[in-house]
Amino acid sequence: MLFTINQFYIIVGVLLATIAIFTLLDKTHPKRLTSSIFWLIYALIFLVGNYLSEALVGIMVIAMALLAGSGKVIGGKHQQPNLTQRQQDAKRFGNKLFIPAVTIPLVAVVATLLPKGFSIGNLQIIDPKSATIIGVGIGCILALFIGAAITKSRPTQGIHEARRLLDALSWAIVLPQMLAMLGLVFSASGVDKAVGAALTNYINLDYKLVAVLIYVLGMALFTIIMGNAFVAFPIIMGGVGIPILISHFGANPAMVAAIGMLSGYCGTLMTPMAANFNIIPAALLELQDRNLVIKTQIPSGIGILLANLILLYILI
Amino acid sequence: MEHLVNFWPLLGVAVITVAFILRINPMLAIIAALLTAGFAAQLSLVKILELIGSGFLKTRNLTLLTLLPLAVVGLMERHGLRERAQALITEFNQMTCAKLLISYLFLRQLTASIGLTSLGGQPQMIRPIVAPMVEAIALKQNSQLSDKSREELKALAAATDNIGLFFGEDIFVAFGAVALIATFMHEHNVHIELLSIALWGIPTAIFALLIHSARIYSVQRKLLPTQIVIKTEKN
Repeated sequence: MLFTINQFYIIVGVLLATIAIFTLLDKTHPKRLTSSIFWLIYALIFLVGNYLSEALVGIMVIAMALLAGSGKVIGGKHQQPNLTQRQQDAKRFGNKLFIPAVTIPLVAVVATLLPKGFSIGNLQIIDPKSATIIGVGIGCILALFIGAAITKSRPTQGIHEARRLLDALSWAIVLPQMLAMLGLVFSASGVDKAVGAALTNYINLDYKLVAVLIYVLGMALFTIIMGNAFVAFPIIMGGVGIPILISHFGANPAMVAAIGMLSGYCGTLMTPMAANFNIIPAALLELQDRNLVIKTQIPSGIGILLANLILLYILI
Repeated sequence: MEHLVNFWPLLGVAVITVAFILRINPMLAIIAALLTAGFAAQLSLVKILELIGSGFLKTRNLTLLTLLPLAVVGLMERHGLRERAQALITEFNQMTCAKLLISYLFLRQLTASIGLTSLGGQPQMIRPIVAPMVEAIALKQNSQLSDKSREELKALAAATDNIGLFFGEDIFVAFGAVALIATFMHEHNVHIELLSIALWGIPTAIFALLIHSARIYSVQRKLLPTQIVIKTEKN
């Protein structure tokens, strides 16, 4: 295959390793040694993670968590690009500045729309298992070169800019992975079974309203705990959806399934566990309150959840 | 006693919840929670380390989508992308924050529902383009805008991207969640068509559009009292 996700792990690994080196060399950085070690470990997990034993990667992850958790990892100080210069450039380059931003989704769309297994000769172009991510990846790299051409800068300037933005995120960039990993460990420890049993064994589900309530709220609550609706779905569907709503009350299975999954998504809007949707954007926007995106989403999340509850109750 | 469910791993959930409420550093909280859940499930330390390692390796793709756009986004921001976005949007006299965000919400849902989920996204769309646009219009609507209100509007832009994505992508037949639903149901001898799962996502999607639009309006009413009407009449 020409493009696989592993190539992008290597690219990100090289980027992180470069940042580790720049951080180490940055004499103005107050915690340059420990910060640099943090980025180096993270780089190694991307570069050679596939070849290391899982237990060793586990130890490396705990080391990263302890470094970040004890305040030893912070971002360097960067000068914001000069405002007057930015305004001049905005005038000079005009709407051409949007071209790279459009390039990313365009390339991604082409990559996803290619027929599965599209190949030239015997060479398959894109690994169909991760077509979207590969598409975004190719798009980002193309966009970087186009952007550099438009603004007449060197593409390597992009690495410095990436470091500036990454330093603003600092160790929070790892949170989505840490929390998703925590969800997987919870599953392996049987947390999902325990919650499923608690919901179904101790509550009388013979009343339609109670059954619908437990199903919809269970999906949301479980997603809030695990951070991922895909983990919640099988538990609640297997515990309440199929035996009670579909078999006992004779509800339309496609409807129960779709509304159930979307109730899980309401949970995603309301939990710090889904860090890539809720915490990372707050960090990217440099908000003082890291939970502000979640707080903003809670009223809408509750509203949509109520709509699901009413929909399901009426339609069964 | 294999059939008895072990409830002790729920302690792990308690640990992470309490830690989030007490605002303990999340990295430490996660380690504490997973050790608690793992030991409560009587897993060995080596087994827990293996679970951590394999889980972390499996989820590397989450980070790709945030990290890969940073280089080009940073480069274009250095050369005035945000300022250009602001200049462009303020050319529209009648534009308000609510109009902009509701249009974005609708387009995000619509494009996601036909599988174009990468048209949008927090690092490449909200940070460099949509959030600066919202800020620029908000300042036009209310020149006394406080920093706190400014943050709330930026957070609203991020929330709008999430909600548009979540309640659009599920209508797309080839989306992973739809396949996951069908596979799970099939394993339990409930056979449903992918298309009917996708179509049953539409009612909730419509409610999501209405409910979040109302939310956007209420934030606008709170933070940006109507000055714009007077301003445009003067012209």
